[in-house]
Amino acid sequence: MTTMTIAKAINEGLRATLAANPKSLLMGEDIGPLGGVYRVTDGLIGEFGPDRVVDTPLAESGIIGTAIGLALRGYSPVCEIQFDGFVFPGFNQITTQLAKMHARSNGSLTVPVVIRIPYGGGIGSVEHHSESPEALFAHTAGLRIITPSNPHDAYWMVQQAVQCQDPVIIFEPKRRYWLKGDVDVQAPGPAEDPFKAHVLREGTDATVVAYGPLVPVALAAANAAEEDGRSVEVIDLRSISPIDFDTVTASVKKTGRLIVAHEAPTFGGIGGEIAARISERAFHSLESPVIRVGGFHMPYPVAKVEEDYLPDIDRILEALDRALSY
Amino acid sequence: MGTHLPSTEFDGTAVDDQREADAEAVMGEPPAQMVQLLGPDGKLGADPVFSEYADKLTPEDLRGLYADMAAIRRFDVEATALQRQGQLALWVPLTGQEAAQIGSGRASQPQDYIFPTYREHGVALTRNVDLAELLRQFRGVSNGGWNPKDTNFHLYTLVLAAQTLHAVGYAMGIQRDQKLAASDRAGRQPDAAVIAYFGDGASSEGDVHESMVFASSYKAPVVFFCQNNHWAISVPTNVQTRVPLSNRAKGYGFPGIRVDGNDVVAVHAVTEWALEHARQGKGPVLIEAFTYRVGAHTTADDPTKYRHSDEEDAWRAKDPLARLEKYLRAEGLADDAYFAKVKSDGDELAAYVRRTAHDLENPDIRTAFANVYAEAHPLVAEELAWFEEYSAGFAGEEESAGQAAKAGH
Ligand SMILES: Cc1ncc(C[n+]2csc(CCOP(=O)(O)OP(=O)(O)O)c2C)c(N)n1
Repeated sequence: MTTMTIAKAINEGLRATLAANPKSLLMGEDIGPLGGVYRVTDGLIGEFGPDRVVDTPLAESGIIGTAIGLALRGYSPVCEIQFDGFVFPGFNQITTQLAKMHARSNGSLTVPVVIRIPYGGGIGSVEHHSESPEALFAHTAGLRIITPSNPHDAYWMVQQAVQCQDPVIIFEPKRRYWLKGDVDVQAPGPAEDPFKAHVLREGTDATVVAYGPLVPVALAAANAAEEDGRSVEVIDLRSISPIDFDTVTASVKKTGRLIVAHEAPTFGGIGGEIAARISERAFHSLESPVIRVGGFHMPYPVAKVEEDYLPDIDRILEALDRALSY
Repeated sequence: MGTHLPSTEFDGTAVDDQREADAEAVMGEPPAQMVQLLGPDGKLGADPVFSEYADKLTPEDLRGLYADMAAIRRFDVEATALQRQGQLALWVPLTGQEAAQIGSGRASQPQDYIFPTYREHGVALTRNVDLAELLRQFRGVSNGGWNPKDTNFHLYTLVLAAQTLHAVGYAMGIQRDQKLAASDRAGRQPDAAVIAYFGDGASSEGDVHESMVFASSYKAPVVFFCQNNHWAISVPTNVQTRVPLSNRAKGYGFPGIRVDGNDVVAVHAVTEWALEHARQGKGPVLIEAFTYRVGAHTTADDPTKYRHSDEEDAWRAKDPLARLEKYLRAEGLADDAYFAKVKSDGDELAAYVRRTAHDLENPDIRTAFANVYAEAHPLVAEELAWFEEYSAGFAGEEESAGQAAKAGH
């Protein structure tokens, strides 16, 4: 067991991948000598050289598109997109090509490309540096999407993503890059299914589902609720596509109430999908409507008001009050 | 550029030869074919095409160019300090690129429209944008801060290269306006052109390629102004291109000119020529200003991780302000008193910016709700109503359970 930050855990996960798989390689803007703007790839070019850690031209469509070609040739590229808001020049390649290659070849071609995207707000940054666009990708069949919330998952998920034969997008909660935690590097990691949700805290009155940056917020809200005598179960979704509905359904059957919290706008978001599925699967167990806590239907606002935008403990507690009032 | 007008013909430059030239260029050696009028020694040279433009500059114009460059450098120092003091979330410094920006901005006419990226504070100055307003974006109180319609200086764009297409579309609009105005003598406006600024890194984005294809196909009155400051954050220019960027224009079928970007006189001349060319309906021009970002990419960057300080020193020796100062002094166009006045004006500007930055008002999230759509939208109205009710719930209540939890109780 070693303690490290999420950023360091991903760095170590990438290092392990590069060491174990000679056909794996990293691609992205500024990932070489600089080590990426968040230093997630720090030191890797020195260890593995410029053929394995490729400092690319400044072109997201180019990065994703060439990664597809490399994957078709048997390589396992891991692409870094510098910030959430800059993935869109590559959106065409991701959604029209990467996601569909396996299906349109009737299963004969696989494109195991991994795309790492730092996402989410709370860092006081300028435009396009704080967005949560996961729903735009989750809506596209053919992509798998995961998001770690702690260093242990960060370390293993990136390695598991590379081993997965499907394209995987890893949304990395950038405001948690410096969050420290235990990583069990000896764990039978690959056996820990990255697409399964984890129940982080047991409870009986309501279930809160969160992922990525909001997991610590959900846990803190559950702790606060406990002081008021409420028992809240917290689930870290971990995977956004596929979603582990079995774990969520089982929890809701026990608690009878569900709150889904994410930073992305609620309209058209992942929370809506979970609400609809759970209504179908556990209608008779529900004692209140599923309540979504999320961002507003607006462009991510300027830094000075992001506190009003981001779901916090109070927003989750308010949702809990509403759920319990039925 | 030598003795002829910028040509669109292939000049036979071998890519491999160029590789070496470029590797050298990255280390600071300018390649041969580059328009330069005012050298680092402060001596004015001649160019068969562009001297004519330089000759039009009066002593007052030259002093003005110097004053602008000095003002924007002083502003840059102040903004960097404000960031260090926590007044700005981020700052994007321009030191080293003053000549490229002031020279090109001053060559534009009020009716021209400018599309900047995010580092064009000097161009903003030449377009009379209030520099304190410029800080709104970096303080996190606005995603813009000025009304582009007031100055024909568009909002900064952070998604690299996206604005180059907007520039071409805007230029296509100018073409159509001209046709409409031709039938209406009274409505005739001065011919206008557009400048699109972008960096050497951004030149790799697909949008730049597409914008050049459109501009060329429709002969749009647009000047592509690439500031090759040699680094896209940590990535050197030779990862983006193996030939001078200006050479790319030939492939699209319009002129490309590489100009010494630290020579404000040459930049001014070349840009004036290019804008005239565009306004006369002759189509687009690509200008590559060969310059250098002396400081960090942004205040969040650490250049020591990817480049040597001797490279920075080599470029400091080509300082755009120093060379114009040498020239002005040698020609007797400016004296100590003049430079002292420029300095005190700069200090005054800095004080104004410092004062004003502190006073930039924090916005309210209600403003964000109000501006999502131009017309009423029921979902936004519903969410705003929820927000109002939710906020009202905290009124007068000092310590809700949640706030207590947040505070760590
Ligand atoms: C589409 C997109 N991808 C990535 C980024 C992140 N980014 C911001 S600035 C920058 C480097 C830009 O270099 P260049 O175009 O040369 O302009 P400079 O900053 O040097 O003026 C990068 C990669 C971005 N803003 N937009």
